[in-house]
Amino acid sequence: MTNPADLTLAQLRDALKEKKVSSLEATDAYLARIEKAKPLNTFVTVTADKARDMAKASDAKISKGEGGDLEGVPLGIKDLFCTEGVLTTAGSHILDGFTPRYESTVTTNLWRDGAVMLGKLNLDEFAMGSSNETSFYGNVINPWRRECDHTPLTPGGSSGGSSAAVAARLCAAATATDTGGSIRQPASLTNTVGVKPTYGRVSRWGIVAFASSLDQAGPMAQDVRDAAIMLKSMAGHDPKDSTCINRPVPDYEAALGASLKGMKIGVPKEYRIDGMPDEIEKLWAQGIDWMKDAGCEIVDISLPLTKYALPVYYIVAPAEASSNLARYDGVKYGHRTKDFDDILSMYENTRAEGFGDEVKRRILIGTYVLSAGYYDAYYLRAQKVRKRIFDEFTEAFSKVDLILTPSAPSAAFGLGEKTSDPVQMYLNDVFTVTGNLAGLPGASVPAGYDKQGLPLGLQLLARPFDEETMFKGMYAIEQAAGATKRPQVWWE
Amino acid sequence: MSIDKDTVRKVARLARIAEPEQRLEPLAKELSGILDWIEQLNEVDVEGVEAMASTVDVTLPLREDVPQDGPTGGGQPDNVVANAPKTEDHFFVVPKVVE
Repeated sequence: MTNPADLTLAQLRDALKEKKVSSLEATDAYLARIEKAKPLNTFVTVTADKARDMAKASDAKISKGEGGDLEGVPLGIKDLFCTEGVLTTAGSHILDGFTPRYESTVTTNLWRDGAVMLGKLNLDEFAMGSSNETSFYGNVINPWRRECDHTPLTPGGSSGGSSAAVAARLCAAATATDTGGSIRQPASLTNTVGVKPTYGRVSRWGIVAFASSLDQAGPMAQDVRDAAIMLKSMAGHDPKDSTCINRPVPDYEAALGASLKGMKIGVPKEYRIDGMPDEIEKLWAQGIDWMKDAGCEIVDISLPLTKYALPVYYIVAPAEASSNLARYDGVKYGHRTKDFDDILSMYENTRAEGFGDEVKRRILIGTYVLSAGYYDAYYLRAQKVRKRIFDEFTEAFSKVDLILTPSAPSAAFGLGEKTSDPVQMYLNDVFTVTGNLAGLPGASVPAGYDKQGLPLGLQLLARPFDEETMFKGMYAIEQAAGATKRPQVWWE
Repeated sequence: MSIDKDTVRKVARLARIAEPEQRLEPLAKELSGILDWIEQLNEVDVEGVEAMASTVDVTLPLREDVPQDGPTGGGQPDNVVANAPKTEDHFFVVPKVVE
């Protein structure tokens, strides 16, 4: 028997069902790997005892012929999801010691279906970052390295712990969240599959809030099938999130392998940006050819407002964040300063000590754009441009079924390379952020490698709630690309 | 530069984040860099466009105004204060606010 931790989620699910391997064996295999992968810094908390207890419970169910869709499958959980009785940090000092008394809806759904929790995965502080360099718990290191040098590379962000853990096979799959690209960009940088569902497809309840009109949870997985299985379990109506839509969750796995014949694929010319490496340009052209070969019709489309998406995002997201993060005041949970004279200095010093630089920067921007005299000029204008971007996509999707673009403007870059200029870092999300502003489902699929051997992904965007069509397209890219390489294990 | 030192001081106070005096100038530069980049939105014609706050086009659902079961329900003071840095008899304790 091969190491159960070498299987995909779908393979492990089947092996568990056929009793070829027990959940406890699989869980122990992952825990052993996690122990040896400390240099990657993917986990903030490893819940080994809880994992073994959950695995034993799953094995008992399986032996009785019972169990859910994910029975006994060990997962990593981004440390932005509240987990009952387990430290939840959001990668921030200000949530020191926060141990939720409740479970997020997404993780509740996963445990309902039998999944096992290995632990909580590192991330950018409050999911604010594109390189996992803003976490209070330190940088996550990408398991992928360039062929000729050993520079530590970013696994992307904010779901960098999730992408690195899945790429290094430290869990069968992971949960992640995406506010401007935080699932798709890390997936692209680590040769993993990342899916950001339609806004409203997955409940946000119990997920530490960043920008509530943009946040959406989704899976980070080893392949397209695994992502389909994960999303089916994570998605679904939840009365506790008023923006979570009540409509049935399709069997996404069943959509895989369907013919793409006659499907219309949009290629937006505005996604051809200055300074984009040739390799990404070529990969995109290659992707277009794969879709043609699959029987699709390629349609040139125009999304002229694309270049304004990031500036809109950097008003809307910080504005919402400044409101959401007002709750961290040293009163209800987490860190409280020891250095204060009165309630005002208690608030101000608690927040000064508890938040990192990027989070402070965004709270200040958000506070500024919402403050008296600036609201109309910034926030209201941004919301209007957002509406125009939304309309532009609605128009495009009246002509095409899917939109194909690169996932990220570069391969994984070195840690520290982009931290000096916030705007340079923000440009990482140039291809993904439009999907959040318009609420569309988007996914990154491994599609090839650059000349240094680093993975590159392609992105598909679909109509709202048409994840099934997106999964059909994703599977076709995966089959055509065959980009199934694994990083060499150098960290053990 | 769209933001000066005094504006940073004012915004930091509004945001309840203590910023030491020597940080105000560098922050003014950083934030201005970001806001200058954002200024390009002024090129977009938004005449008559409705501001969009959410992509979900539904009216908020209503429910009976009764306590819920589970974690969002009432009657759980222990859970509510469990993570607070300082409590007394299920109250959050803060520095004196009223003289």
